[in-house]
Amino acid sequence: MTFDILLQTLASGILIGLIYALVAIGLTMIFGVMDIVNFAHGEFLMLGMYSAFWLFALYALDPLLTLPLTVLMLFAFGMLLYKLVIKRIVAAPMLSQIFTTFGLMILMRGVAQFLWKPDFRSIENSWVAGSVKLAGIQLGRPQLVAGVGAVLITALIHQFLTRTRLGAALEATAADKEAAQLMGIDSHRMFSLAWGIGAACAGAAGVLLATFFPIFPEVGANFILIAFVVVNLGGFGSITGAFWAGILVGVIEVMGGLLLGPQYKTAIVLVLFLAVLMFRPQGLMGKA
Amino acid sequence: MNALKIGAGLVVAAALLPLATSNPTHLNLAILVLMAAQLGVAWNLLGGYAGQVSLGHAAFYGLGAYTSTMLLLNFGVNPWLGTLLGGVIAAGLSFLFGWSCFRLKGHYFAMATIAVAELVQIVFTNWDYAGSAVGLTIPMSSQGWGAMVFADKAPYYWLALGLLALTLGATLAVERSHIGYYLRAIKDEPDAARSIGINIARYKQIALSVSAFFTALGGSLYAQKELYIDPASVLSTGLSIKMALVSILGGVGTLFGPVVGAVVLTVIEELTRVVFGGSGRGTDTIIYAGLIVVIAVFYPNGLLGWWRERRARGQALRASLVQEAAR
Repeated sequence: MTFDILLQTLASGILIGLIYALVAIGLTMIFGVMDIVNFAHGEFLMLGMYSAFWLFALYALDPLLTLPLTVLMLFAFGMLLYKLVIKRIVAAPMLSQIFTTFGLMILMRGVAQFLWKPDFRSIENSWVAGSVKLAGIQLGRPQLVAGVGAVLITALIHQFLTRTRLGAALEATAADKEAAQLMGIDSHRMFSLAWGIGAACAGAAGVLLATFFPIFPEVGANFILIAFVVVNLGGFGSITGAFWAGILVGVIEVMGGLLLGPQYKTAIVLVLFLAVLMFRPQGLMGKA
Repeated sequence: MNALKIGAGLVVAAALLPLATSNPTHLNLAILVLMAAQLGVAWNLLGGYAGQVSLGHAAFYGLGAYTSTMLLLNFGVNPWLGTLLGGVIAAGLSFLFGWSCFRLKGHYFAMATIAVAELVQIVFTNWDYAGSAVGLTIPMSSQGWGAMVFADKAPYYWLALGLLALTLGATLAVERSHIGYYLRAIKDEPDAARSIGINIARYKQIALSVSAFFTALGGSLYAQKELYIDPASVLSTGLSIKMALVSILGGVGTLFGPVVGAVVLTVIEELTRVVFGGSGRGTDTIIYAGLIVVIAVFYPNGLLGWWRERRARGQALRASLVQEAAR
């Protein structure tokens, strides 16, 4: 019985971890390419959730069906945000960069609250509702589908970065902006692409979450801190690192909640985070 | 001695304000400005002078507020002594904060400080003896200067002003001493500073401890003024960000920058709340956040920095005109 609980906890930790990974991948990509920490990243996720919600509530379109549309919208939104705001602070001091994205975070929450009210909303009876029994453990179908979806999207991003010319250009900019520029790669285009992809990843995570997580204007706050931890553990700028670190954080959080009580699950993650920062500042998977 | 004279003059002039107005709303706004300015000045010691961007200073604020309040409620310790002890405890615990965060740089440091403050908040939220999430209430039963509890606003105004003056004085003392020069060296050229034998860790820690001490005093004052504290009001990351924001808005690493920032930010915040807050739809938040973005994007060196650049440009222009005229 205890073993079953352990196994079940482990499975749900991995599943939520995959979502954390997807959120963190966007964050780590933006940081890797242009050294800016995006505090408003959780708000991309929030927008993804609302997009899924409204398409479901107004047009009865299932989140799984509208995922590509939401991803496209968020991609465009991320690029637009770069063109309008972020572009102007690329060379600014770190402090004003922090406060720009921090201000954007409050701004987006405020706008969401203005447009959609602070109520908690949820998507009931989507295609994925219900639960399945796999090898003796009970898993929510929304969580399972979300986990699988997150893995697929992560794999797609990975393929894009390693197999396409555009992906290679992005990686080159992350490695050395000046050298990449000399090779004819326009940094601003790459930065804008990174914001587009970053926002799209977080938006996709939002859609996947929307089938089992409450939707409200400040929902991003639940994910941004965790995403920071994942990005740090995985090593700033590392996609593969963020993937494994996301799973690790998900498992540790859920296991910590089981052992010490759910109110301490975030504390466990933060302690791990600080420990890693102190002893391996380059991240668990990063190179020294 | 210029800064000292300006500061002293401003403090004396400001001290007369409660005699000019008895409108509690205006006085309360002035208190909020002073309290925000004091926190900004304290934050600026570490964030501005030493260049270590902390986004976790709410931890010290909360420690101050909780120490004085818990000592008062559980042991009847006088709030004046409690406030001082709160400062000492925060300064003491800042060694742990420094030890865990100072080996990190830039973004890593900033994120670690958020994590530390969030941890402190989780501890207080789940600690029954500290009132957990419900919070603690200070009774109004004894009032006056001895109990640091007042029915009117004026005494709080003077307390906040006094604390601000004290914090400015401490900053000026640090700025003028060898510590100030070392801190600037550490901020601008850490490697050069190390190579001439400055113990970087030690001086960062000094800046942090002084900063933590004064931040905690601000926390205790808040508790005595509001007579109620809970983790959300004294330990939230939003509060940490506000302390930094005030300095950045005014100009980091300058004595009066945070004061300018506090005036602007608090007035904007309160005005938007009064004008747009009634709608209950967060219009005030949108305007406030929009302004933060605009200021961060267009005035990256803060308002004082912008003013100085403008003046320097004006002088350069004048000088070149004079030169041309002479030719």
